[in-house]
Amino acid sequence: MEEKRKEVGLEILEKSPTGIKGLDDITGGGLPQARPTLLCGSAGSGKTLMALEFLVRGAVLFNEPGVYMAFEETEQELIRNVASLGFDLKKLIAEKKLTIDYVHIERSEIEETGEHDLEGLFIRINQAIDQVGAKRVVLDTLEALFSGFSNTGILRAELRRLFRWLKNKGVTAIITGERGESALTRHGLEEYVSDCVILLEHVERNHIYTRRLRIVKYRGSKHETNDFPFLIDDDGISILPITSLTLDHGVSNERISSGVAALDEMLGGAGFYRGSSILISGTAGTGKTSLCGHMAEAACRRGEKVLYLSFEESSKQIMRNLGSIGLHLEQWQKKGLLQFHAERVSIYGLEAHLTSMHKLIDAFKPAVVILDPINAYLSNDDELEAKTMIVRLIDYIKSNYITGFFTNLTAGASVEETTDMKISSLMDCWLLLRDIEENGERNRGLYVLKSRGIANSNQIREFLITAQGVELKEVYLGSTGILTGSSREVQELLDQEEEMRLEEKIKQLELVLERKQKAIQTQIELSEMQMKSDEIEIKDKIDALKRQHKRIDLKRQVAQTSRTKKGA
Amino acid sequence: MNNEEDAISQEFEALAAQDTEAKYILKLYVAGLSPKSKRAIHNIKEICETHLKERYELQVIDLYQNPTLAKGEQIIAVPTLVKKLPHPLRKIIGDMSDEEKLLIGLDLQPQAD
Repeated sequence: MEEKRKEVGLEILEKSPTGIKGLDDITGGGLPQARPTLLCGSAGSGKTLMALEFLVRGAVLFNEPGVYMAFEETEQELIRNVASLGFDLKKLIAEKKLTIDYVHIERSEIEETGEHDLEGLFIRINQAIDQVGAKRVVLDTLEALFSGFSNTGILRAELRRLFRWLKNKGVTAIITGERGESALTRHGLEEYVSDCVILLEHVERNHIYTRRLRIVKYRGSKHETNDFPFLIDDDGISILPITSLTLDHGVSNERISSGVAALDEMLGGAGFYRGSSILISGTAGTGKTSLCGHMAEAACRRGEKVLYLSFEESSKQIMRNLGSIGLHLEQWQKKGLLQFHAERVSIYGLEAHLTSMHKLIDAFKPAVVILDPINAYLSNDDELEAKTMIVRLIDYIKSNYITGFFTNLTAGASVEETTDMKISSLMDCWLLLRDIEENGERNRGLYVLKSRGIANSNQIREFLITAQGVELKEVYLGSTGILTGSSREVQELLDQEEEMRLEEKIKQLELVLERKQKAIQTQIELSEMQMKSDEIEIKDKIDALKRQHKRIDLKRQVAQTSRTKKGA
Repeated sequence: MNNEEDAISQEFEALAAQDTEAKYILKLYVAGLSPKSKRAIHNIKEICETHLKERYELQVIDLYQNPTLAKGEQIIAVPTLVKKLPHPLRKIIGDMSDEEKLLIGLDLQPQAD
């Protein structure tokens, strides 16, 4: 940002980062540098704390020492009051990064006898600034002067001079002021501070008080104009959004498994995109949490960190229930890969809750965040507010390349899709779990309703929860439509019987064939044997005849020989 | 009981009588020698000489030269006259041109009940 400005060569208002979570985002970088900012609000709205955090963060994060001119609390009181927020003022004072000057004004001790000015105060501020080389100054609250001095003419002139003087000093200042009834501040301090005015409020909605912040005016700078909720907790102030709403987060082409092979198959065979937002909606008991369990298990198995935010069940209950379907998450929790956080949304206001989630995410740095269920927010009366909150959260998760897994409990069969419309547009992938009711049974079905950038299956799958986890079955497509549950099983049984019957018939025929073949074979063999015996018989006859023939020949020769002997 | 109470009230009256003769310790804080400062110095000196002759101590302090004193003495406006003694501590601000108010501030108001 800084470089960009320099490149353009325009003199744009320099800003002094506050270091307060979220405030720098909505002010576009911080408070106007070397100028006074008016911080006004009613009693207890957090002015003192915010002003003090500005100094503490400045000293710790940006090496800018600060001066705190306290008109209402003593140094000791301040130190004690903010110790609970983890601010160690004593240490900062010892390190010469902070100085506190308690300005005591006691009306009863003061008698006004003619013309005077506030040069004493100027000298004190100047002295304090020089003492630590301060770049930041807080005056909390200048209005105390109005109770101490009766000559408001002098006072106003001196205030005007004070703000000019602060500007010349080159310090970034915060001036606090009590909220007036018709004006921003009771004594009209806003007329002296023209650069930046921030208003803090304490608003009640549905019996829940939330602190809100609004930038009323910021001369020379773009800024967010909405009311932003903020929170004071153990780490000081956090303002939502921690990230401003932008759509320029990076994308990943990496795919991650859902933990259910058949579901990955439906999602183009590879699962979800890393860093995408996935919504699973369904009526009660359709297996949303079971799918979350698979997702968590798969991610932990890959060695990734998973943050499981549960709003309806305790972590122990979830683990027990998932254990019954063969998902043992305790091991991952022990290894520190899985962190559960169970808490009801209604305990705090929405903002407080979301802020605490932002913090959890910041601290744990998970690869996958599971929110179960997200409609814990939508049950809030103010749906628009809830939606903006969810947008902010999703945006935050996305901008950190975290895969978000959100479940949404929907009411009836017909309402569910319209209810989800409110948030579904924010989601990259939307799985719908629904009941399929027929033949007195409720069975679960799963569709992939949408899936950006993935060629997904258009089919409904039957969703079974077994002791080994979730299984997806191809549904039976019969002449009457899809069949699930026992009807599918009956149909499958019928199919099996038919098959067996056919197989038996084939076997029978094969046997018949075999037998026939054998019979013919035997006949052939018999004929051959007959033929052989016939052959032998005939050959014998032939031999006998040949022998007879030879004998005749012999006789004839004998006769001839005897005849010749007689003749000679 | 009665004796004790009498003793206390006697002591108090004695102290009060002494007080009218008490020594005044005054500090005048100014910021440089501005016309306002000069007027203040002039006016307070006059009052002191008139009403507190021989029994006052007046110190004029320039905060520009001793800026740390502003914090220690809780000075906001200048000129400020701090009446350290006698008690109670009181701060009188301005150029001391309003003599009546100045006398009230110093507990030297004329008996004009």
